[in-house]
Amino acid sequence: MRALHHFNGGVHPPEHKCESTLRPIQQPPLPEKLVIPLHQHIGNSAKPLVEAGDTVLKGQMIGKAEGYVSGAIHAPTSGKILSVGHESVPHPSGLKDLCIVLEPDGLESWIDLQPLDPLNMDPSTLRNRLRDAGVVGLGGAVFPSFIKLNPGTGKRIKTLVLNGAECEPYITCDDMLMRERAREIIEGAAVMRHMLHAEEVVIGIEDNKPQAISAMREAAGQSMEVVAVPTIYPGGGAKQLIRVLTGIEVPAGERSTDLGVQCFNVATAASVHRAIRYGEPVLSRIVTVTGNVRNPGNFEALIGTPMDHLIDQTGPLEGSTGAIMGGPMMGFDLPSTAVPVVKATNCIIVKSDALFPKKPQPMPCIRCARCAESCPADLQPQELYWFAKAGNFGKAQEYALFDCIECGCCSYVCPSHIPLVQFYRYAKSEIWAQEREKKAADLARIRHDLRLERIEREKREKAERLAQKSAQAKTAENSQPEQK
Amino acid sequence: MNSPYLAQSSSVAQIMVKVLLALVPAIAAYVWFFGPAVLVTIALASATALALEAVMLKLRKKPVKPYLLDGSALLTAWLLALSIPPMGPWWMIVTGTAFAIVIAKHLYGGLGSNPFNPAMVGYAVLIISFPVQMTQWLAPLSIAQSHLDFMSQIGYMFFHALPQGAQLDAFTSATPLDTLKTQLHLDRPMAAIMSMPVYGAIGGTGGQWVAAAYLAGGLYLLQQKIISWHVPAAFIATIFIASGAFHLIDPAHHASPWFELATGATMICAFFILTDPVTGPTTPRGKLIFASGAGFLTFVIRTYGGYPDGVAFAVLLMNICVPLIDAYTQPSVFGKKK
Ligand code: SF4
Ligand code: SF4
Repeated sequence: MRALHHFNGGVHPPEHKCESTLRPIQQPPLPEKLVIPLHQHIGNSAKPLVEAGDTVLKGQMIGKAEGYVSGAIHAPTSGKILSVGHESVPHPSGLKDLCIVLEPDGLESWIDLQPLDPLNMDPSTLRNRLRDAGVVGLGGAVFPSFIKLNPGTGKRIKTLVLNGAECEPYITCDDMLMRERAREIIEGAAVMRHMLHAEEVVIGIEDNKPQAISAMREAAGQSMEVVAVPTIYPGGGAKQLIRVLTGIEVPAGERSTDLGVQCFNVATAASVHRAIRYGEPVLSRIVTVTGNVRNPGNFEALIGTPMDHLIDQTGPLEGSTGAIMGGPMMGFDLPSTAVPVVKATNCIIVKSDALFPKKPQPMPCIRCARCAESCPADLQPQELYWFAKAGNFGKAQEYALFDCIECGCCSYVCPSHIPLVQFYRYAKSEIWAQEREKKAADLARIRHDLRLERIEREKREKAERLAQKSAQAKTAENSQPEQK
Repeated sequence: MNSPYLAQSSSVAQIMVKVLLALVPAIAAYVWFFGPAVLVTIALASATALALEAVMLKLRKKPVKPYLLDGSALLTAWLLALSIPPMGPWWMIVTGTAFAIVIAKHLYGGLGSNPFNPAMVGYAVLIISFPVQMTQWLAPLSIAQSHLDFMSQIGYMFFHALPQGAQLDAFTSATPLDTLKTQLHLDRPMAAIMSMPVYGAIGGTGGQWVAAAYLAGGLYLLQQKIISWHVPAAFIATIFIASGAFHLIDPAHHASPWFELATGATMICAFFILTDPVTGPTTPRGKLIFASGAGFLTFVIRTYGGYPDGVAFAVLLMNICVPLIDAYTQPSVFGKKK
């Protein structure tokens, strides 16, 4: 048995997970159209490879990864491209983004799939495959996986951690995936272990998912260790899980690979498996649809499926007040439920006033330090709040504002109902804006200096040319008499 | 709305109500051993506090209802009322409460912003301004030569009038701590002092039971996670160790450490006054330093100072240090442990 470690803080919000685990993962009917954003991952937006009017096959690449940190985008089914343009996407900003709109033809005609036999292959070939298959972290961070599977020369990865903790209330997509497709996850983890040359694979699952744990244990056999970790939010944060399983604390701004650990979500492992063994790119993901609906459940939704379409399958109820993407602790309000499912969509929660009552008016901070006790990053939220509110961003940074993972524990426990996390988001964005401004100003100053220098140089060159000319003229003059 | 969408169902008002509730056993013990006058003091202080709180909120253009209902003014009133002699004149109670609410709380920015514990500011103002009235405590009923009925007590508080033939000395007495100080001054041996009727088995007659009731209320607050163990533990331990050391060295002039814990304001301070979050440090290490400092100062003032109890000044002195303590006891951040 592995000795488990502990991180400070954390909270126990009501779980609300049972509601959506009553039924197996469902396959929704094909929607009338799919809206596929080109920017579904961390890094550069993919470059569209199709135009309106093109027909595409299921699995065909329709957006090419641009630059190193980026991900490819594929047609989730066969059909016709209706348009390439700006559409509403699920993003907290509510801004529109470039999307490809696809009308399915219902034929599901696939491209030619090219399975690989990974364990005899060079990791770099496998990484290229994952890049082209658009495999990104499906836990919500959507960072391109092939980059994380490249530890860099000279770095040894001791432990590969698979994250099946799924600590946020309401979300059950990983739970259901582990119950039903444990094999795929374990196979994917084996590929990842091969790519990283990792010594061991440890799979952490919160102990409120006994069925997932036993399914995963059965699939893993002796090859990998499935560990039940205590249920506490945010125990599924990568850093918190790494801490619990290995005792290692990864500081903010450092990569866990430097400390010999790499961590992936279980769903990512499953998509690695499919991309390598079957050649299937990421075309769908499991999405929990829950909250104020009649039959909450999990759906294997094609990327680009309008969320309405999924909510309709669950039977919406009266009194809905919009929806959240993600969990209730870290998720965000959707601009509308018409936006499409993207690779980051792990959960859609339909809100109602009964489920999420309005918070009372904030009272002043009484310095009770409940926030500090609950903070998994060991910060002093009450001090950060004070500095953020006063616009004292330097002090906020001194008190490690950027170590805040925005988990929301502090706001959750605050008896004064202060929206603490909002203050931190605000402070962070202000600091970023200031830094951008400063960079822009620096750039402008450099440009200005360069311009002055250029003008100087041109002047100098002009003067030199003139001097030369006159010198030449002189020599010419001097030589002239000879010619005469 | 923004994440997190969930909130624990706790509120400032809930916390304050629990603290008030935790004071009830001590109030009951108080009434049992010293008579009901304390209830009048509490009622008067409460009414004054709420009225002034409302006026100040209006003046500061704050929403009156949520702030008035947060219970913080009421708690200040109760703590002050429990710290002063139970049958003090009405104007003294009103003056102390007014100082606590208007000056110590609202002029410093109201709930959450005041650096000094309001109840202790009220107490300090009273003990400096009215030293005579502030040392006229009711004698425990069991040892008083005579006692006033409830109506006469009220009469005394509001009209300074005693019934025919009643003597003030007959039903008031100095506190056990005060008595100890004066008696030691008169060079009486410790054993003889401790056998005086104002002393009970551990602390003062009656008073020791009130202290026990504060302890019980404090344990309830610990169990409810309203307060953390750091402050009471450090405060009590420091007083115990300091007085214990002196008692060992010079038992003729220093009462036993148990006596120090069971008398005066030790218990109410440990669990109800020093634990005020607003005026205390927020870090665990800071709490230990803060409460130890207060414990040590309490002991020093009790032993060498001119005032009957050291608690109020100890608390106020430590309040000044809070920003410094907080700044120097920041815990290390996740992943950056030294
Ligand atoms: S929990 Fe809220 S009231 Fe308590 S210290 Fe933190 S911010 Fe202040
Ligand atoms: S949101 Fe930030 S400050 Fe608040 S508990 Fe989480 S990490 Fe700590």
